[in-house]
Amino acid sequence: MNPLKRTRPSSAPASCVLVAALLASPVLPAAPFDSMRGQVPVDSEPQAPRMANVENRDLRRERNYPMQPPTIPHKIDQYQVDLNTNKCLSCHSRRRVEESQAPMVSVTHYMDRDGNFLAEVSPRRYFCGQCHVPQTDARPLVDNTFEDVDSVLRRVRSQRGE
Amino acid sequence: MTAFLCRLWRTLRAPSVYFSLGTLVVGGFVAGVFFWGGFNTALEASNTEAFCIGCHEMRANPYREMQPTIHFTNASGVRATCPDCHVPHAWTDKIARKMQASKEVWGWLFGTIDTREKFLDKRLELAKREWARLKANDSLECRNCHDFAYMDLTRQSPRAEDAHRRGLADGDKTCIDCHKGIAHELPDMSGVEGW
Repeated sequence: MNPLKRTRPSSAPASCVLVAALLASPVLPAAPFDSMRGQVPVDSEPQAPRMANVENRDLRRERNYPMQPPTIPHKIDQYQVDLNTNKCLSCHSRRRVEESQAPMVSVTHYMDRDGNFLAEVSPRRYFCGQCHVPQTDARPLVDNTFEDVDSVLRRVRSQRGE
Repeated sequence: MTAFLCRLWRTLRAPSVYFSLGTLVVGGFVAGVFFWGGFNTALEASNTEAFCIGCHEMRANPYREMQPTIHFTNASGVRATCPDCHVPHAWTDKIARKMQASKEVWGWLFGTIDTREKFLDKRLELAKREWARLKANDSLECRNCHDFAYMDLTRQSPRAEDAHRRGLADGDKTCIDCHKGIAHELPDMSGVEGW
């Protein structure tokens, strides 16, 4: 006998209970669960948070670890990055930095995956927004306990009494 | 044909037989007012966004692309319409542009860009024409609103301030040199100066 068939509710009272449960309004658990959409029932629309403003101060930010892609310190509204053109590279490419005085994209962007240097930015590094993002003044939704490697090392050393 | 022209010339040179001088002067003046008023009204009517996007080529391509940009939607609600940037405001320049635009009527009649694909294929050519026009008149249509004399550089972001101070202030650059593609999408820019 098919094991699935045994578990299917086949009796009349069981299907009545099922229908009643579907018709009843959703019941919230007594202890409120933590949800990023807030304490709003699923069948109603929560108030959307205000749109955050993009930081546009043009000041480089600290990186949390050496390999971190730098965050963008300016607005990139409507920057076109597609098959036709790349607005970011119109300032940050090797040929353009003299005029724009923007930092040149790092040399790794001109390397293919085998480490060969190319004349142009490598296609796998073409879509800037995959790694680099602007920052907004939004309040973080969850707490973050990230510690960078220097402070971890300092803590470990002080625990050892070095 | 020559005989007809000679007859016409003789008629025009001959003094009026039936109409008084007053009728001719006043009638000519009134007719002139109506003619000039009508011409100007037609000119202004063709200089509105509603006229531009009356054709689907313009409504489906440049107009749609412009909608998310700062020149269409922004904090203060001041916006640019098609003729603000694409038609000169001074009268003689405007008439010159309108005469060039007769070629656009030709293009519309024969469906030169009547599909998205045709438009995209032709976009570089069309864009280059506008860039050349704005370069030649020192970005006049930009400067109709964005006057450098009244630009408060201290209220710009540092990189904008720097670029405007180095490029724009001493006049070796004009708006369109850097601000290409701010209101419409860009074509393949390989080979275009500054990209």
